[in-house]
Order: sequence, then structure tokens, then C-alpha cells
Amino acid sequence: MTTQQIQAPFPGVFYRTPSPDEPVYVEEGQAVQAGDVIGLIEVMKQFVELKAEASGTLVSFSADNESVLEAGDVIGTLEVNE
Amino acid sequence: MSIDVIKPGLASSIQDKGREGYYHLGIPPSGGMDQRSLIAANLLLGNHEGAAVLECALMGPELRFGEARMVAACGAEMTPRVNGEAQPLNEVFEVPAGATLSFDFVKSGARLYLAIEGGIDVPERLGSRSTYALGSLGGMQGRNLQAGDSLALLPAHGQASPGRRLAPSLVPAFSKHYQLRVVPGLYAHRLTSERQAQFYAEDWTVASEADRIGYRMKGGTRLSFIDREPPFGAGDDPSNIVDACYPIGSIQVPSGSEPIILHRDAVSGGGYAMIGTVISADMDTVGQIQPHQKVRFVQVTLEEALAARARYQEVMEQLRQMA
Repeated sequence: MTTQQIQAPFPGVFYRTPSPDEPVYVEEGQAVQAGDVIGLIEVMKQFVELKAEASGTLVSFSADNESVLEAGDVIGTLEVNE
Repeated sequence: MSIDVIKPGLASSIQDKGREGYYHLGIPPSGGMDQRSLIAANLLLGNHEGAAVLECALMGPELRFGEARMVAACGAEMTPRVNGEAQPLNEVFEVPAGATLSFDFVKSGARLYLAIEGGIDVPERLGSRSTYALGSLGGMQGRNLQAGDSLALLPAHGQASPGRRLAPSLVPAFSKHYQLRVVPGLYAHRLTSERQAQFYAEDWTVASEADRIGYRMKGGTRLSFIDREPPFGAGDDPSNIVDACYPIGSIQVPSGSEPIILHRDAVSGGGYAMIGTVISADMDTVGQIQPHQKVRFVQVTLEEALAARARYQEVMEQLRQMA
């Protein structure tokens, strides 16, 4: 079992939901497929989808919804399927 | 021969020194926000200092080179990688034919300038290859790069030598808390002197929507304007004026809440009071500030601004001497 740190590719504000009144993209402990949207990062009037790079289980989020991130900050941990 | 865009990055655009002389017609100068880094990258390669380069904001692109070319990357700290192997910043290196050039996360600064030997070949529009995305003018079809784009290059000149690098004294230093020098005016009188003093006494945080058009600031105390009867032609909000020209670098404060520093893709005029103008010598710095970093405005006189400009021009001259 390998774990992968999901990092912010650029600085911005992190959102776990598509819009304020919708449920989160992914719950902690939920299975994800490579390419699934995990959250959004907002910067320069753009909302960019953050996608899982591999299939597995999203074990935990270390970044809160609406938190400000620097590039490289860890957003969450993915346990990658073998 | 060309370069294929595999991933475009976040906001990568073709820029040169800009399109001067049309601002009075509503067309802003555009061009690299950090002119010094753009020019440094070109001069390192032996390019004309105003050759068209890629300006890469906050996240670098992934590019595949159809032919071998010398390149130089200056500005924001994002480690370049050729087929995954780390390359130096502020130094000429070769990207072999068929190789992929990518970049690490940005460590400091906001915009990297990637110059390519010969320069990028897109048609000149009003004398410049710079992208003005808001007006769909110049650059790659008037827009930022997209995946699948192909960048044509001007012929290589063979003057670039790998390993040539910027003297450390010519490499700009980045931070997370910047001081920006401001000459007050033209409408500073619309604020009480206490409010003016407060503007310069507080830290402001760059908002996430800061871009090539303007840098919006948050987090300071709301600036209340002096009550007045709106003159004919001015809007009702106390921050409104009769429409006037907006200099690049001018700071407007719509409704007194969030100051905006206009940059090189700005609108040329409008009806918001400008309480000061960031001096020209500090505008490159503005382009290197990341959203959510902090800024303190420092009031200077026009004489101090001119002295700073002279020092800036000395640094530019040193860059040219190096070439």
C-alpha cells in the first residue's frame, strides 16, 4: 500500500465543494478514481479543479474548506490502490 | 519547427516589452508585468531584449520541443525540468529536440519568464507580440495558452551559450511581505488626512483575484471619502469622480473598501478616485506578488520616485552591459 500526498499545484483558496450549498466532492475515507475531482482552487478569477492522480482511497484532508494555500502545501492523503 | 503545449499552466501568455502609444485609445501597454525579468531572460540568450517570451503566472506549463533550443528562465522561482531533470534558473540551458520542459511548484515570486533562443513568432499587432486577453489582441490568438497550441519560433541565431548566467547581484529577491512606494495624488484630497495616513500605516493582503489587469487588496480599514455634492458627470458614490485617465500603477478604491493597483492590462480611464500611484520602479515587483501575500504602501515624493527610477535604469543598463 502506497500513500500519496496531494499538494496544491499553485497558491490559492481551497474549496471542497462545487458551490457553497452543495455537498463536498469527496468525503474522508471515500474511494476515488484517477481523474475524479477532489476540490477546487481559486486564484486570479479562475476556479481550477484539483483531480486525483491515481485511484485509491482519500484517507484524510489536511487543508480546511476555504483555507488559503501556498504552492506545494499538502491538501490531503491518498492511499493508492495496488 | 515549433513547441507543443502539453499543459498550459494557469495563465501563461506570450509577452514582449509591450504595446506603447495606444493607451489614450483604450488599448493598454500589456507586455511582461516584470519587465526586468523578461529582459534579463532575453539578454542572457543573446536575444533582442524585447523578443517575445512566455510569461507563466503561479504555475508553469509543460512544453514539448520539436527542435533543440537554448532557453533561459528568469523571475519567479519554479525549478525548470528537462525530461524530469532539474535545470538552473537565471542561466542558459538547452532543451534537446523531442524533450519535455516542465516546472516545479512556485517557491517564491509569481511570474516566470521563459525566453527561447530567437523568440516566439506570432504576428505583431500594433507593433507588439504581447497578449492583451481582455481585448483579444496579440499573442496566441489574443488569449492565454491552451493545451494543444503550437508555438512557432523565429530562427535561432546561434549566439546563446549554455551555462551563461545572471550575476547574483542582478537576480531579484522575492519575499512574502513587500513595500511598494507610492506618490500620492491626484485625488488624495478626497480623503481626510487621517484616512490617508491610515492607508500607509496598515498591511494590505493581495486578493486572490489579482491579475494582469489589476491587483486588488483586502484587509485594511475601509477608507471613507469626504462627503460632497457629486459634481456634474460624477457618480453618486463618494469614491466617484468625473471620468479621468488612469495611469498604470494608479491606486483606485471603489467605495473605499478595496484598493486596486492597475497593471499593464488595465482599462485606460473611468470614474474612481485614485489616491496615489505606485512608482514605475516598483511595478515589476507588483507583478511578482502572489495572491494572499502582504503589502505595505510607503509614501514618497516625486523626487524620490524619479531617483528610484534612475536607479532602476542603472540596473537595466547593467543587464545590457552583461550582454
